[in-house]
Amino acid sequence: MQGLLQGKRVLITGAGRGIGLAIARQFASQGAELWLGGRDEVAMSQLAAALGSEFGVPCQPLCFDVTEPVAVKQAFQQLFAQTRALDVLVNNAGMLEEALLGMANQTHLQKTFSNNTFSVIYCSQYAARMMQRSNGGSIINLASLMGQVGAAGLSSYAGSKAAVIGITQSLAKELAASQIRVNAIAPGFIDTDMAHAIPEEKFTERVASIAMGRIGTPDEVAKVALFLASDLSSYVTGQVVGVDGGMVI
Amino acid sequence: MTIALEQVFAEALGIDIGGVSDGLAYNSIPQWDSVAHMGLIAQLEDHYGVLLDTDDIIDMSSVGKAREILAKYGASL
Repeated sequence: MQGLLQGKRVLITGAGRGIGLAIARQFASQGAELWLGGRDEVAMSQLAAALGSEFGVPCQPLCFDVTEPVAVKQAFQQLFAQTRALDVLVNNAGMLEEALLGMANQTHLQKTFSNNTFSVIYCSQYAARMMQRSNGGSIINLASLMGQVGAAGLSSYAGSKAAVIGITQSLAKELAASQIRVNAIAPGFIDTDMAHAIPEEKFTERVASIAMGRIGTPDEVAKVALFLASDLSSYVTGQVVGVDGGMVI
Repeated sequence: MTIALEQVFAEALGIDIGGVSDGLAYNSIPQWDSVAHMGLIAQLEDHYGVLLDTDDIIDMSSVGKAREILAKYGASL
């Protein structure tokens, strides 16, 4: 049976764990040819070998730090040498560090925006040029519900993700003529290491704020990414798709 | 057969090859605007098998400058 992403060439940043890993598994199960972005060379190589073997698809590691423009350039040059075209980019790499306004210093701000926001532009610049060679493509940016509604203690994180939404909507307009679709996913509270890093009391409070009464799974986010990556969403661009179980903050 | 840089420019911009010289500058003719520039970059990258740095795309302000930049990437011009 042909998968929804059969033959599509895909790069996923931050593919080593959490939502990125779930997307990698979901895409591999649908026949995509994968490049797994991450920083740990050994771990990414092992993951690529495991996914390639489990799903029978070409799967390779692409190790680089998304916050370093030079590293991003080198990674895409490596990718370009292997495959001249790219069909899908998932800008998933990111980080969450809580900080009340008075505690948000320059180091924290730079780290947050470099990881969550600037990286999206750096990677999209190269990806869009490669996608033009395959007459189109899909860029999927991982935003956050926090980027839409904000949360106390998360001004920098929420700001960095709100920027991702603005970038998504602008690039959707700029790249539409090249048949490149650009969409964002705004997850709510998802069962990842990031969610479990918060204090137990806050964790319980967050779950209580979800209308569906439970935390979401990375796979539930990955299924939306699959829709946006595939031709099922061929006329969808500039959208922010919430995956939050009706969470209210 | 090696296709000259001038010919890649002429095809990418849709102009006569006689109108392409090292002095031809970005935005100096209607056919070489910002949209055409990105198409030109893609054709240069495909032709020479290189992926250009964003700063080099911005710096590519003339045919002569393109020659200089591509040489930096080891392209056979």
